[in-house]
Amino acid sequence: MARLVLPSQDRALETVQGLYEDLERRVSVSQPGLCPVSMARAFLAICKAQSCGKCVPCHVGLDVLEGLVDDVLEGRATEATVDLIETTAEDIRLTSDCAIGAEAARMVLEGLRGFKDDYLSHVHENRCLAHLELPVPCVALCPAHVDIPGYIACIEDGRPDDAVRQIRRDNPFPSVCAYICEHPCEDRCRRGSIDAPIGIRTLKRYAVDHAGHVPAPEKAPATGKKVAIVGGGPGGMTCAYYLSLMGHSVKVYEQRSKLGGMLRYGIPDYRLPQQVLDDEMAVILSLGVEVVYDVAVGKDVLIEDLQAENDAVFISIGAHLDRSLGAEGEELDGVISAVELLRDCGELKRPDFTGKSVAVIGGGNVAMDCARTAVRLGASEVDIVYRRRIDDMTALPEEVASAQAEGCEVMELMAPVGFVGENGKLTGVRVQPQVIGPFKWGRPAPRNADAPEEIVPCDIALIAIGQAIESDPFARAGYPTNRDRIVADEDTSIKQAGNVFAGGDCVTGPATVIRAIAGGKVAAANIDEFLGFHHPIGTDVRIPDPKPTNMAPCGRVEPKERPAEERKHDFELMELCMSDEEAAQECGRCLRCDHYGYGIFRRGRIQEW
Amino acid sequence: MVTVTINGRSVQVEEGLTILQAAEVAGVRIPSLCYMPPLNDVGACRVCCVEVEGEDRLVASCNTSVWDGMVVWTESPKALHARRTNVELMLARHNCNCPTCLRSGNCELQRTANDLGLIAETFEKELSPIKDDPTFPLQRAYDKCITCLRCVNVCDKVQGVGVWDLINSGPEARVDVRDHVSVTESDCVLCGQCITHCPVGCLTARDDTGVVEAAINDPDLVVLAQIAPAVRTSWHEGIGVDHDVATMGRMVATAKALGFDYVFDTDFSADVTIMEEGNELLHKLQHKDEYQWPMFTSCCPGWLRYAKAKAPDMVDRISTTKSPQQIFGALAKTYFAEKAGIDPKKLFLVSIMPCVAKKAEAHYESMRGENGDLDVDAVLTVREFDRMIRAHHIDVPALEERDFDDPMGVATGAGHIFGVTGGVMEAALRTAYSVVTGENPDPEALAALRARDGWRVGTFDLGGTPVRVGVAHGLVNAGKLLQAIRDGEEELDFVEVMACPGGCTGGGGNPIHDNEELAADRAGTLYALDEDAALRFSHENPQVIQCYDEFLGEPNSELAEKLLHTDHHAWTMPNEEPLPTYAEVPGDFRHEPATY
Repeated sequence: MARLVLPSQDRALETVQGLYEDLERRVSVSQPGLCPVSMARAFLAICKAQSCGKCVPCHVGLDVLEGLVDDVLEGRATEATVDLIETTAEDIRLTSDCAIGAEAARMVLEGLRGFKDDYLSHVHENRCLAHLELPVPCVALCPAHVDIPGYIACIEDGRPDDAVRQIRRDNPFPSVCAYICEHPCEDRCRRGSIDAPIGIRTLKRYAVDHAGHVPAPEKAPATGKKVAIVGGGPGGMTCAYYLSLMGHSVKVYEQRSKLGGMLRYGIPDYRLPQQVLDDEMAVILSLGVEVVYDVAVGKDVLIEDLQAENDAVFISIGAHLDRSLGAEGEELDGVISAVELLRDCGELKRPDFTGKSVAVIGGGNVAMDCARTAVRLGASEVDIVYRRRIDDMTALPEEVASAQAEGCEVMELMAPVGFVGENGKLTGVRVQPQVIGPFKWGRPAPRNADAPEEIVPCDIALIAIGQAIESDPFARAGYPTNRDRIVADEDTSIKQAGNVFAGGDCVTGPATVIRAIAGGKVAAANIDEFLGFHHPIGTDVRIPDPKPTNMAPCGRVEPKERPAEERKHDFELMELCMSDEEAAQECGRCLRCDHYGYGIFRRGRIQEW
Repeated sequence: MVTVTINGRSVQVEEGLTILQAAEVAGVRIPSLCYMPPLNDVGACRVCCVEVEGEDRLVASCNTSVWDGMVVWTESPKALHARRTNVELMLARHNCNCPTCLRSGNCELQRTANDLGLIAETFEKELSPIKDDPTFPLQRAYDKCITCLRCVNVCDKVQGVGVWDLINSGPEARVDVRDHVSVTESDCVLCGQCITHCPVGCLTARDDTGVVEAAINDPDLVVLAQIAPAVRTSWHEGIGVDHDVATMGRMVATAKALGFDYVFDTDFSADVTIMEEGNELLHKLQHKDEYQWPMFTSCCPGWLRYAKAKAPDMVDRISTTKSPQQIFGALAKTYFAEKAGIDPKKLFLVSIMPCVAKKAEAHYESMRGENGDLDVDAVLTVREFDRMIRAHHIDVPALEERDFDDPMGVATGAGHIFGVTGGVMEAALRTAYSVVTGENPDPEALAALRARDGWRVGTFDLGGTPVRVGVAHGLVNAGKLLQAIRDGEEELDFVEVMACPGGCTGGGGNPIHDNEELAADRAGTLYALDEDAALRFSHENPQVIQCYDEFLGEPNSELAEKLLHTDHHAWTMPNEEPLPTYAEVPGDFRHEPATY
């Protein structure tokens, strides 16, 4: 008997390791709308299989617990069963010898607290509250419910212009979204259970780059109704587009000299060229949308007047106020807010940071935009100062990686506490080193390390810790607000205000462009109804029939970028479009969930809304 | 010292104590099931979980050390609820048909559930359908295992045999035999330590009381009982009779009351064993170069099974003398039958033993007489003997003491101490000394070897010849001693090995007391019997002398060889490889080719 041996390759172990990864992918692409109790039982089945078998609460308890959840699902349970599940799970959590049992029980408890109504629904009515509302995961998860399999099929069929038309049925910003959408549609793509989600956004980019000019569809006959829209950002202009298509007369009140809102004044040109935005706006304006520029509603025009003069009003003012740290020295020359910097750049009034060292404070996508903008403005050094860890940043990982590739340094676990300067000019950011610690509100929280404050020397400090909403004029006019957010119902209406609707960042707080677009779309539909109409929005694009799908695993085409060394010197578009060859392959990976699976049962796609 | 507050009571305890131990100091009892110090503190049952202030989850008190300022609540609503849940979970996987369970009334799960006031089974029951060979001496009720893992650890850490393990994972995890074999195909030595350390009725010895009752009730049979030395130390424990009342005389009377026609003493055949083994040793010592050393005792069948399974290089060094049980059997069906004028076919011999392996030994093919019948027909453990006494509602204290029957009822102190570790060695050397020197030694000459270390060695002056002796009990200890012999660290002449810790008084056939090791206490009874005995040397046993005079002739005579000696290769352990070397053992004067 040897004293030590090297483990030999174990085929079973390797295989099961692969299956773990398959399962991990599969769980991560679970369809929205599944029965949570059934999922809880399935998780328990996995958890109990992970038990080593030593301690009673884990290896017997989880098995028993699964049986009890089974009773709930199969109509053998009473409310007492649900109580027993809860007390038993708690005892398992309290007494399991290791995390395998304790965490499994905690998951059951979380579920019981999170979806107790589903449990009770099974007990009382022998059915789940949850149901699959939308059969296609990407469509369901797109806030605007864009017909993704449909337009991918058009791309595959060589009809990128039809793809754009199909997108515009639900989203009048195909190009904007092709360049900068956060693509929640990819999160639960069923293809993920085989290899990886479809590169939906990059395919859309391929479509818009190859479609050429696609004119807007025909408008419905004029209704004679007038709608005022406050704010010409993605939400407002989406609403304007659909209301115009429906035949209503729309006038947009824009505070700045150009349309686009955060698309222009928040997103740097290297991610979204202004020309792309202008072209997209031109299509919307081609429908006859009137725009009044440089008008601040609440100051130059009273909202009450707009309300009185129009049949309906849609408020989509976005979130354009900067948030300050409230730290000592913030008034020093050189401390600039992210909103201010990005707005200036959007107006092509780009400051010169040549030779300056810049500290960016924050860890979101806006902070990354600021850092990368500072690089392009000539900064000699850019430090991103963040009080948590890189992994905790809310910015998309690819944004962080791109910023780092362009030479930005991320200083993790450094909480800014103040600014220091000489003669009124900034010379550095005072930071308190942090230690990452226990979770608070579901995230690991930092705390002050047992270490002295440090100074990060810099000439410019960019504060990117979030934006606020300039909702005061609306609050004063009597509209409901919660903190700085305007409060609207799910259908975007503000019931007590009569004919006023609201959507986008000013309702949700700073969010994504696609959520703002969804807000505008929902508002358009409900304003149309409010005005006494029911104009359906559809397309006449012919969607190719699906072919038998190819389920052989195939790599996902990732978007390519211009080399960091090259792109960091200019504001030109940084991301490259995929090739014809890549687009064809990527389209071929689509599983056509509009047809296969639950899709065909629900007769494919939504034809109109 | 650290200060711990348990249920509001502050106590100072030594640092490093577990919560459970600290609670004992504070006079607080924390229930537990799997806990079996020092072998098993694995935290499997979670019954001993308690609330510690500042801790989110409950804490296992059996394997968590106390810290200064710790505040413990053992009976908080949280702790009590979880304790009940965990016991209920065990009940959901346990066959709770208590009335027909051998451990009813002596079951830790039953006691714990009763103590906690559990009056209904909360969870749906799912019982293991697995069944083992019902004929094997060791029985495992898969539907009663609570996965306490005590058997795994006692078999690993005390016996070094490693029969049991936790196999599979998830809800399918269970305690079973290692290495994809059944217990009948395993290296199980049948020591029964897993049985006596099982908190519930999962592990038991095969019940042979039915066979014995049937024999007693058969008018054509004459049923004999032989009672092993250690039985007299423990038989009262399972019937609720005081030690002082449970004399040898009452034990004989009780056996008679059960219907045995003759009640004999295995201690008599222990004395015969000494005559054979002592003379075998002397013969070998006189021809030292012809043998491999040391010579091992052969009376413990657990040791024999261990040697054959785990130490085959030692098998040919083991004395060929049969064990006292089998010597008794061979003499009962020849010498006694002839003397009493009874057809040996009509004799049914029952052994009452503190041992499970004896059930196997009695059935080896090599343990049959000339007529092909087994020398020993049935073996009862002390627990089975006690069950029969309870079944017959025998009022033991009311019985008048009786003597063992003749001609195999007289024993010496040397025979009595067979039941305790070192006793065989001591008894053999007492007689060997006398053979060599012609006079008796001080019977206490080897008392130093009675120390209870796992294994110990010493030198005995055999009339001018120093004899190096060794004693080991518990098979892990035996394994260590064997290795020391192989490595040349110990050069010994005579070694006694007993499989069970403490010898037969710690045997796996004794009554069960949870978390109590009674071998040493029981040994005290045997030493006292030896000390009080009129005769303390096997060769002075008048009935032994009579037996040699009338029947056997000399020790190691041709008849003695035939009846009282055996070939250890005449039967095999499941995984035993036939030894290619046995025929080459030089000059083994008794060695015959094994008959497989």
